[in-house]
Amino acid sequence: MSGLAVSELAVSHGAIVALRGISFSVQVGQLAAVIGSNGAGKTTLLRALSGLNKASSGSAQWNEREILGARPDALVRSGISHVSEGKSVIPELSVRENLVLGGIWRGDKSDTNAAIAEVVELFPILGQRMSQSADTLSGGERQMLAIGRALVSRPKLMLLDEPSLGLAPIVIEQIFATIDQLRRKLGLTVVLVEQNAMSALEIADIGVIINLGEVVASGTASELIDDPALRAAYLGY
Amino acid sequence: MRKKIILFILLGWLLLVIGDRVDELRVYQGAQIAMYTIALASIVLLTGYSGQVSLGNGAMMAVGGYAAALTLNNLGSPVWFAFLMAIFFSALFGALLGTAAARLSGPYLAGTTLALAVGLPAIANQFSFLGGEPGIFFDVGLPPQRLGQEFTQYKWFFWIATLIALLALFITSNILQSRFGRTWRAIRSNPLATELSGIHSSQMKILAFTISSALAGLAGAVLAMTISLVAPGAYTLTLSFALVTGAVLAGVSSLPGVVLGALILVAIPEIADALANRLGGGENVSSYLPGLIVSILLILSVIFTPNGPGENLHRHHRKKA
Amino acid sequence: MQKLLETLLIGVSTGSIYALMSLALVLVWRSTRVVNFAQAGQAMLSTYFGYEIASRSEIFWLGLAAAIIAGALVGAGVDFFFMRVLFKRAISGPAAVVAPVIATLGLLGLIRSIVGLTWGGEFKSIQAPASKDGLTIGQTTIPFSALNILIIATVSLILITLAIIFQRTNLGLSLRASAYAPEIAQLAGIRTARTRTIGWAIAGGVGAVAGMLVTSYNFLSPYSLDLLLVFGFIAAVIGGLESMVGSVIGALVLGIGLTFILNYVGTSLVFIGGFVVLIVVLLVKPDGIMARGKARRA
Repeated sequence: MSGLAVSELAVSHGAIVALRGISFSVQVGQLAAVIGSNGAGKTTLLRALSGLNKASSGSAQWNEREILGARPDALVRSGISHVSEGKSVIPELSVRENLVLGGIWRGDKSDTNAAIAEVVELFPILGQRMSQSADTLSGGERQMLAIGRALVSRPKLMLLDEPSLGLAPIVIEQIFATIDQLRRKLGLTVVLVEQNAMSALEIADIGVIINLGEVVASGTASELIDDPALRAAYLGY
Repeated sequence: MRKKIILFILLGWLLLVIGDRVDELRVYQGAQIAMYTIALASIVLLTGYSGQVSLGNGAMMAVGGYAAALTLNNLGSPVWFAFLMAIFFSALFGALLGTAAARLSGPYLAGTTLALAVGLPAIANQFSFLGGEPGIFFDVGLPPQRLGQEFTQYKWFFWIATLIALLALFITSNILQSRFGRTWRAIRSNPLATELSGIHSSQMKILAFTISSALAGLAGAVLAMTISLVAPGAYTLTLSFALVTGAVLAGVSSLPGVVLGALILVAIPEIADALANRLGGGENVSSYLPGLIVSILLILSVIFTPNGPGENLHRHHRKKA
Repeated sequence: MQKLLETLLIGVSTGSIYALMSLALVLVWRSTRVVNFAQAGQAMLSTYFGYEIASRSEIFWLGLAAAIIAGALVGAGVDFFFMRVLFKRAISGPAAVVAPVIATLGLLGLIRSIVGLTWGGEFKSIQAPASKDGLTIGQTTIPFSALNILIIATVSLILITLAIIFQRTNLGLSLRASAYAPEIAQLAGIRTARTRTIGWAIAGGVGAVAGMLVTSYNFLSPYSLDLLLVFGFIAAVIGGLESMVGSVIGALVLGIGLTFILNYVGTSLVFIGGFVVLIVVLLVKPDGIMARGKARRA
């Protein structure tokens, strides 16, 4: 099938098993929210998908091609962009340089500039900060820059790790709205890892709930929201 | 403790007996091995235990060498007092440097000590009482009459060097087994936790630098004795590098290993010479083959057994346990 | 007054060569977190290649070009065949702190022995591309020569080229990004391992220029670049090890400082002068002169 299909994925850090038996699939154009508390293994899952962590067994296919075991930079080339946890920007570089970075691998300067223009259209505030060092940005602006950098790579599949982390509620709302808008406009497939369950499920098509390294529930986002037991146990209200 | 004393006395006796059976060159090399043993112990204490990287041990040796020679020549003191002064002045110097070094980490410390290794010996050229490039004599005198007519000068050097090396090793091994040794290891493996448990890690680091420097200074005086001279040319950057090499080949945190390291440092030029003769190469081969062998050994050991030849053995034991 | 000016000019000339070595060390440190003591060996080996070409063609600049190419290849080779192997074996235990230092020292020894076995220990010299005689201004002759001017010009050209590469090109951006945050760079699609090897190649080429320039007024031997390594390293530490601009400023400060000691205090104290400058800088500003509030720690 086309899309992302993860099956029986397991990851170990030394003797500690961080993830086991993780299976789920996401159709092209869908947004999957991966929900779970701190330490549930969400970040490990994304890092395994983008090649930063080694999987110990299982498979993950993107449009029917195995992606486990490939290097992160190779995955970027096949259309997978990972925005890692904690506003992944390089503070020593300027805003423009951070954005340009995402386009270098394609070696097409004019297309990179076009992609940057699109990002600025999406996040006008970045346009005003182009030559500033990324160090001077606020938390929300950094998150926009991190997403913007990933977009410059013109991805088909985007892996987002806790974009709401440490942001003010109003900024979170804005970021989630943008993510929703983005994937509709660009037809992006998105895997969104979040602790902020409700906001994530609200924009998601499907949800996967992870606890202690295992999938405890999955289904359409509305099913999960409507299940009272799940709501009490994992969604927090 | 008593067992250890007996062990060291036996070892000393054995060495002296061997010293009687071998030819003059080997006796001289024996003295060199003793000298390197002390110098390598100084690095093991500093790097292997306290975790500080020094590339300047050659400079510390120079301080000791000059202190000994100046004491002997100017005060006309007994020889043992000259060695004592070598220890004293190099310890003093080490304490001063250690105070600065305790604030430096990793490459900064390596760089500072490297600059010292290059700079310090050259000072001798500036002041006439240090004798300039030719250096000053350091003559411990002829062996005592009662040892007999056949007792040679080199054998006398060997006796003194061996005695000093055994004493130095004995004292060092006791220091390393004391609470100081344990604290150093703790600081090396977890500086933050050690600081939190109320230990002044910088004071401990300075102490390590001081003792290490004292050992290096003593080695420097022994080196001066074996060549009857102190001169800047004896304490080069090459010497400092050779010491670090020897310490790594021996296993950087193993005190008994230093004897092996010293043996390697003395044996390799010898082996290379023999090899060069067989290969029939010219002067180039005999002067650069030792370096080639040492470097290859060093690279292989850092890649495969970075913590010394004993490492894999230990790991094996631990798995079994 | 005249002596002061001479000292300053010679200091800049000396310092500019230190700057190249110091830059080479900083480039490698930033990308690999290793102080590459083998840099002196790599530069020396490359200079021997440059010497061969320069003495055969009798054109210094051809030799320089050959040395740069050799330096880049050797640098890339060291990273590819040596550093990658070393880093694959994550070293722990007491040797962890010394392992990288030892590895590069071992490599320095290896290159030195290979050069010694190939070319021998005798001093070689390269015909300088300009006169070493002091310039005459009006009636007085100063020790500052045409060669000094050429050295400063060459170094300036190299520095400008590097600045353009690092600030204006995608390669430069990749190099900086991979040094600052390898993981993020990789997630942005940068081939960080390859980029690092290119960084080593650039460092190798820059070091080779330093070697050739030193040899243009001095002799070449398997040991002749050791001092350059030491002073380049001191300069890099003065600059804070992280900053390329800092390392160049550090090198000029050191070059001028040492020339002052040479001309006003005494020849033999030059070497210890480097140590004194270093200790003072480190105790006053432990992260180097370029450090802003929150410099990175080693």
